[in-house]
Amino acid sequence: MTLLSGPPHVITVGAGLLQEALEAQAVATTPVEWRPPLPGTADALARVLADPRRMAANERAVARLTSARPHLVAVRRASEVLDLGGRTFLHAGPPVDWERASGPMRGALIGATLLEGYAHDEDGARSLLESGGVRLEPCHGHRTVGPMAGVVSPSMWMFEVRDAEHGGLAYCSLNEGLGKVLRYGAYGPEVLDRLRWMDRVLGPVLSAAIELTGPIDLRALIAQALQMGDELHNRNRAATSLLLRELAPAVVDAAREHAAEVLRFVNGNDHFFLNAGMAAGKVSTDAARDVPGSSLVVAMARNGTDFGVQVSGLGDRWFTGPAGVPDGLYLGAYGPADANPDIGDSTITETSGLGGFAMAAAPAIVRFVGGEVSDAIAATRSMYEITLAEHPVYQIPGLGFRGTPVGIDVTLVARTGLLPVVNTGIAGRVAGTGQVGAGLVNPPAEAFTRALAALADSVQ
Amino acid sequence: MSGGVGEVVMVRSGIYHDSVALMRVSRALTELPGTEVAIVAMATELNLALARDLRFDLPAAGPADLLVAIRGHDVEAAARELDRQLVALSSSRPQAAADQPPLTTRSAARRPADVVLVSVPGEHAFAEALDAVHAGLPVMVFSDGVSVEREVLLKRLAEERDVLVMGPDCGTAVIAGAGLGFANVLRPGPVGLVAASGTGAQQVTSLLDLAGTGVSHVLGVGGRDLSAEVGGLSTVRALRMLDDDPATELIVLVSKPPAPEVARAVREVVESLRTPVVSALLGERDLTEATEEVLRALGRSVPEWPAWPGWSGKAVTGTVRGVYSGGTLCAEARLIVGRGEFVDYGDDAYTLGRAHPMIDPALRLEALAKAAPGDVVLMDVVLGHAADPDPAASFAHAIARCPATVVVALVGTEGDPQDLHRQAAALREAGASVFTSNAHAARHARDLT
Repeated sequence: MTLLSGPPHVITVGAGLLQEALEAQAVATTPVEWRPPLPGTADALARVLADPRRMAANERAVARLTSARPHLVAVRRASEVLDLGGRTFLHAGPPVDWERASGPMRGALIGATLLEGYAHDEDGARSLLESGGVRLEPCHGHRTVGPMAGVVSPSMWMFEVRDAEHGGLAYCSLNEGLGKVLRYGAYGPEVLDRLRWMDRVLGPVLSAAIELTGPIDLRALIAQALQMGDELHNRNRAATSLLLRELAPAVVDAAREHAAEVLRFVNGNDHFFLNAGMAAGKVSTDAARDVPGSSLVVAMARNGTDFGVQVSGLGDRWFTGPAGVPDGLYLGAYGPADANPDIGDSTITETSGLGGFAMAAAPAIVRFVGGEVSDAIAATRSMYEITLAEHPVYQIPGLGFRGTPVGIDVTLVARTGLLPVVNTGIAGRVAGTGQVGAGLVNPPAEAFTRALAALADSVQ
Repeated sequence: MSGGVGEVVMVRSGIYHDSVALMRVSRALTELPGTEVAIVAMATELNLALARDLRFDLPAAGPADLLVAIRGHDVEAAARELDRQLVALSSSRPQAAADQPPLTTRSAARRPADVVLVSVPGEHAFAEALDAVHAGLPVMVFSDGVSVEREVLLKRLAEERDVLVMGPDCGTAVIAGAGLGFANVLRPGPVGLVAASGTGAQQVTSLLDLAGTGVSHVLGVGGRDLSAEVGGLSTVRALRMLDDDPATELIVLVSKPPAPEVARAVREVVESLRTPVVSALLGERDLTEATEEVLRALGRSVPEWPAWPGWSGKAVTGTVRGVYSGGTLCAEARLIVGRGEFVDYGDDAYTLGRAHPMIDPALRLEALAKAAPGDVVLMDVVLGHAADPDPAASFAHAIARCPATVVVALVGTEGDPQDLHRQAAALREAGASVFTSNAHAARHARDLT
């Protein structure tokens, strides 16, 4: 009842004339820069917004997302922890079959088929995959995420991340480095040799090392890395350094004879932490799943053909649109014509309030994704418009230690027309090429509007 | 110039501007010497029909598209001006690169604020109003076209959050001297209003002001608040707020007659208040009489309400045509005159994708031009913030040329930016009889026939 106690400060949304009339009276105002919602969403929006469950459901879902406490607890072989029997491979993004799979996805599947010895040469691998001889399932359905093609086969070693708050588990493979690597669709001999070395040496050594260190608090590590200039998607240099510092003594203790090659490998790959960070994102967003009535996005993922989202209140359903081609900088002589459409589960970083959403924390890489520092700050600031919360621990020094924008709300995407800002690597479109660049990509609006329509249908 | 008449018709997708801004663009194009007619408006059914009436051949377009239809000797110049105007509209709010303006009420409410004023198109107003209520902020929904189900939902939620929802379709509010929406410049004083009718409240407060009596606050509640469905939730809340307000010595409740069961509930609340309440319920008595009772209750004298009756010299043989912008003023006049045809151009049906007739005179200018000789046109001209900055200038020409006799109810105060006396003189000059009391104007029109 304080409304009448003095001249009010007025938020105005709508006709500029009414805002001007207040200005003419010297009344303090905050004008909203309102635009109509995404075309065709008005009815669904009205129904979803009127859902009496929505506010409490979103509060609960986003609280679970931001209170998750991911810890790196083990490194284990996929065959031990994931259900990959009967020749099953996991892949990034929403479901896709060989027929619709893009070049890099096919390349990675061929590589994994060769790695597992399901075929002896490329032609054999192709015909096995074409005939459906390997089951393909999305990582996301197996508590797993995979960068780029995200192909997981039984002999790959996985980071195991546990949410100390809610008890969930999530997995992500180990990062192979940059350039010609399986996740970018390369499957030449050097790629397979590296994967075999990772199976034989890297995996077991890291596994033994983490047994010695005990659980590593990834939430604390990510929070520190943000303050050291990482956004945890396209820049993981600080986080990798911090992880290496934690691991190094244990690696030496666990496997003196391999310590140098393992530490050299980790040290040589600025993105080594990315996969652990992705598992941390996955375990946090999984904690927010399955809250009836919630319009919170719990997964954004691409398979190189489709961009898909999953929403807390809608279970495991995927809502997709065509994956876009990223806009960015290219390596060497590669150019946009060489680029594959957007691919990978690494958008779990944006889904959990990092990556593109934390661009303001990473001024060092703004040129890499084609912009100025002010663009990075603007990108992060704009994401507060479509998110439900500010992360209590992931903070951005340059924004006065404001928490990163976290918890994408489908209704806010539809209302503002603002799509999530996604940082990404760019894979070559021809199978076997590998990475050709990195940049920014816009998700397709229809993935979000379809999810909104399904939410509207779910309202009684 | 070739001298030939050309046309440009186009539909642009992905551009949105509010109806008032677009009306200004249309006006700027129309004022160009080479333009006969220019429509720049969102492609709602109403606006499409208007363009078709003007014999434009239109492509398919929907309410999310911008419709441009120009006819004239130099449509290229108009098209250039259009681009210039649209660019100016888009860049009218310069922002530093790093300064993210709020895109929703939810986002704006992160900063300190006391009240939210929502005037987006009706189908989108619920989202913004809901944001306000969830943020614990009182909200005035100026927009019309919000369904009664959503109004009820909003007001029930507002009960839980202990905030006031003014509207939907709430045209006016005055909070500690700040006018929201259509609001007259009023001197501060002891009278607080709870109003289910915007123009009704403007009539009462303007007359009070002319009588030298000021106003503490005007709290709108929306025209449906006292219906059985809504049950007077906002009316009751607003009454209690004014009762608790030390500046308010007397409360006026302005409304159409409430649904009977709601009337009972409101009466009980009124009887429980410490502050005396004067009811101005349409149909029981007119707003001028109610205002006079307020003055008497305060022990103040009732003045002669200013009027400038004229003699048009035109014979009156026909009927009274009410050409109104205010719904309550229209209803009041219809009750008093008792016959004729009355149209409220502020009704939802006339404002889809168009500015309110207090801002955009176009539809009423058309009605004036169409009036038959021998008729009496009875119209309101409402002054104050957000209304037409010079309505006399907008209407004088049409009144002077109108074949019918014109009677104007001029609702405004001496403090209004339009200047009440200058407006009255200009309307009088054009040939209209002018009254500051709508009831008196209506009686004058009735007596003429």
